[in-house]
Amino acid sequence: MASRTLRVSLVAAVGVAALAACAPPAKNTGSGGSGADAATATSAADLGGMDALVKAAKKEGKLNVIALPPDWANYGNIIKTFGDKYGIKVTSQQPDAGSQDEIDAAKRTKGTDRAPDVFDLGQAVALANTSMYAKYKVANFNDIGAQFKDPKGAWVNDYGGYMAIGYDSAKVPAPKSIDDLLGPAYKGKVALNGDPTTSGAGFSGVLMAAVAKGGSADNIKPGVDFFSQMKKAGNLVPVDPTSATIKSGQTPVVIDWDYTNAAHVNDVKTWKVALLPNVDPVGGFYYQAINADAPHPAAARLWEEFLFSDQGQNLWLAGGARPIRADAMVKAGTIDKAKYDALPKVTGTPVIPTTEQTTKMSDYLAKNWAAAVK
Amino acid sequence: MSRLARLTPSLALLPFLLYLTVFLLVPTVTVVVGAFAENGRFTLANITALADPVALTALRTSVLLSAVSAVIGAVFGAVLAYLIVSGGQASWLRRSVISLSGVLAQCGGVMLAFAFIATIGYSGVLTVWLRDHLGIDIFGSGWLFALPGLILVYAYFQIPLMVIVFLPALDGIKPQWREASVNLGANGWQYWTQVAFPLLRPAFLGATLLLFANAFAAYATAAALVSQGNPIVPLLIRSGLSSEVLLGHQHLAYALAFEMIVVVAAVMGMYGLLLRRTARWLR
Repeated sequence: MASRTLRVSLVAAVGVAALAACAPPAKNTGSGGSGADAATATSAADLGGMDALVKAAKKEGKLNVIALPPDWANYGNIIKTFGDKYGIKVTSQQPDAGSQDEIDAAKRTKGTDRAPDVFDLGQAVALANTSMYAKYKVANFNDIGAQFKDPKGAWVNDYGGYMAIGYDSAKVPAPKSIDDLLGPAYKGKVALNGDPTTSGAGFSGVLMAAVAKGGSADNIKPGVDFFSQMKKAGNLVPVDPTSATIKSGQTPVVIDWDYTNAAHVNDVKTWKVALLPNVDPVGGFYYQAINADAPHPAAARLWEEFLFSDQGQNLWLAGGARPIRADAMVKAGTIDKAKYDALPKVTGTPVIPTTEQTTKMSDYLAKNWAAAVK
Repeated sequence: MSRLARLTPSLALLPFLLYLTVFLLVPTVTVVVGAFAENGRFTLANITALADPVALTALRTSVLLSAVSAVIGAVFGAVLAYLIVSGGQASWLRRSVISLSGVLAQCGGVMLAFAFIATIGYSGVLTVWLRDHLGIDIFGSGWLFALPGLILVYAYFQIPLMVIVFLPALDGIKPQWREASVNLGANGWQYWTQVAFPLLRPAFLGATLLLFANAFAAYATAAALVSQGNPIVPLLIRSGLSSEVLLGHQHLAYALAFEMIVVVAAVMGMYGLLLRRTARWLR
């Protein structure tokens, strides 16, 4: 039974590898030759402007995206809107996969027409694989702060958010401080989205607890200790929170990004999202990049233009995520004001760990997390 | 006999051999090579990393979980199988329990974990009912999500599997043997301890080993039930393969998989030896 599931995935992996070996390499040489140009274009201007890019992308007619859950940051709508707008068929592969799976899939299917065209990655994976990205600057590249992009455009932060506590207000009181979660009102109710040694969201959740308990991005221990206390009190449910567990009321409190938490209103009407008051929020941005070996290079570039356009940014905002161009769009008056004002309020200085800090914290977690939540 | 005619039987084997190569041999070789090589060079770093406390704890938990759930499954499954056999070959009880076991032995993964959470989780149906009506707290401090919970959930598919694999052995016990021992003056106790148990022992132990391997390789159920701390080896492998926090641990995952292959191979070796003995008895 369960062993079969593992075997099935092994079989699937081998099958994919075998198919990948048989599939012919994708040809980019369209009659106009625009496809070949698109693969090296570093801006829409290189192709003769937006219209030419749209034309080349329509000619390819397809786009492969990967690891974009439909209920995550409004990706379901974003994919549909893009497909309808340009008449491009978007194939969404492995919507529930993680960042590392995206890179692995790109390596495994390299040279086939099923390889992912674009990536949406967490920080650690994104910065470890920069050689796999095509450099490309979207039209709005200059709107984005220097710390949020590679100067040559190999990657650009696309959207982000803050660690938050989502809760079903019909089942539990609003948490006023992190210590509230240790109380009897939350017994058997608190879930963290993913193991912090595996998932970026889980990692940031532990960091949030650390900051709230006097730690910092240089000291994640208080966070690990806090979760250990929660486990011992029977308050931490080590189940992966999903729409199913939230709908059925098994995980009425979820520590996760504010934008993924916000999406659960669709599952439970009384679902609320709160940031810890008087605590510096833990922030994180995702990294957008184009696969250098993208089988649909023009469509990949058009996808980026779309994501960073006002329309794309507002779509992320509608999913509760904070789009990277938000400040510029507020100034220009192009932001969806109602949605922007509805985001959870942020106080304090955001904590966004550097790569070195992340590495040190993950080493600590690798050694201590398993024992802490035993 | 022509050469072709002699070859025909082996030709029929070809699809099976091809299947074995693609789905067993290739993955196994990949795992072994991946465990000992990194970036095209031979290394023992990933094998020595298996002695890391986290990896050792996971191995201990995996073995304990598999052993305990195998023994529980074997004992309860054997008793259930005996009750079915004593009902006669064509009884409705036998037919329905066998079909049910066939389904339940394959039932697992997310669904099974979810069923248990919805029944005896903190806000599970049974937990709430017992708390409200009898004042009994069966949730405790969350044992369902630790080793005891995993053992209980695993038993749910181990017991039916035992029924399926142990029934043929029980069927092999001929009523004439009992009649013969009674004729020779044995009482019920003597028949069981001196005739039936020794006959069934190899099959029982063999089935237990099979259950052990079944639990040891199980993955989806545990993944759905315990997503924090990666307490068992298959979950640690998943983390090594797909972590977006700890990068570059893919080869450690291969080493862990290799460790699992070694354990399962040892268990299956023992199973094979026992099977030979059983076959001799039942001939």
